Amino acid sequence: MTGLIITVSVNNESKECSLDQPLAQLLTIWGFEAGKVAIAVNQNFVPRSQYKSCCLEHGDKVDVLAPVQGG
Amino acid sequence: MKIPATDTMPPDTWTLYGQTFNSRLLIGSALYPSPAIMRDAITESGAEIVTVSLRRQSPEQGGGESFWRQLKELKKTMLPNTAGCHSVKEAVTLAQMSRELFETDWLKLEVVGDDYNLQPDPLATVAAAAQLIKLGFKVFPYCTDDLVICQRLRDVGCQVLMPWGSPIGTGRGLMNPYNLQAIRDRIPELPLIVDAGIGKPSHAVQALELGYDGILLNTAIAQAGNPVLMASAFKRAIEAGRQAALAGAMPERQTASPSTPTLGMPFWHQQ
Repeated sequence: MTGLIITVSVNNESKECSLDQPLAQLLTIWGFEAGKVAIAVNQNFVPRSQYKSCCLEHGDKVDVLAPVQGG
Repeated sequence: MKIPATDTMPPDTWTLYGQTFNSRLLIGSALYPSPAIMRDAITESGAEIVTVSLRRQSPEQGGGESFWRQLKELKKTMLPNTAGCHSVKEAVTLAQMSRELFETDWLKLEVVGDDYNLQPDPLATVAAAAQLIKLGFKVFPYCTDDLVICQRLRDVGCQVLMPWGSPIGTGRGLMNPYNLQAIRDRIPELPLIVDAGIGKPSHAVQALELGYDGILLNTAIAQAGNPVLMASAFKRAIEAGRQAALAGAMPERQTASPSTPTLGMPFWHQQ
């Protein structure tokens, strides 16, 4: 991490990252495969096409969702 | 007169948002004792549409990959839901995430209004449906058995409606057949699906006999003593109910009317 260190919440778990790290890079670091999850930041949907350009801010709440059983 | 056998009749298909289906059962993928039983029950049910959802997953859980791979192998049409959402904002965001991940614009819209009975919030459901339709979604709204709410959902562009039979997971069947009948009578132009509350095949028969086009259920099969056998029972019940609706039931009468001819009855009126 090179930029300013910030803290974000990922699925309600606290994580540190660099201010200038794009979401695409962070997902890999956190162990997620971009094509197998869907992302929302602060309850706003972030499409895959924006993963490379989207950078998080301190305090952001990230939801990483995957398919589950449903009724 | 020759009565055609049911197996020589033309296929009784129905259409949802331009897609044609043979089965009138939509089935959930949750609560089964095991993934293998889920797969076998879905197959046995003959359902062509399966409901799914999205939840937070840790990388250690494989990101839902195992479940999703098994379900994809069944080659069914996926209907993602917004179960658990309590606001328009939550439902719209989850819908957008579902569309990307499941690669479908179909959506079972659920907006919970009360956690006691998981009753859908009627106002939020209509508002969310309107937004989602503008965003290009094909919305299957889960709603209460309220005629006016169903009309509002139709008016904002829903091309199918899914009123409840009774609250999710209760298995209490059709709480208010009068309301469901009123919706059927007043909205003849749209496919209607009873969603939630179905506990037994007889409940499904009743819904189809009322003129409903399909049934969406999960717990009644997944939590049955033998889910695969119950899936078979529901398949047959829904076919029976549909055939009964097409056949037209006899009118109810207040008084008894003998079915065996009385003319020529022996021993009567003998002096």
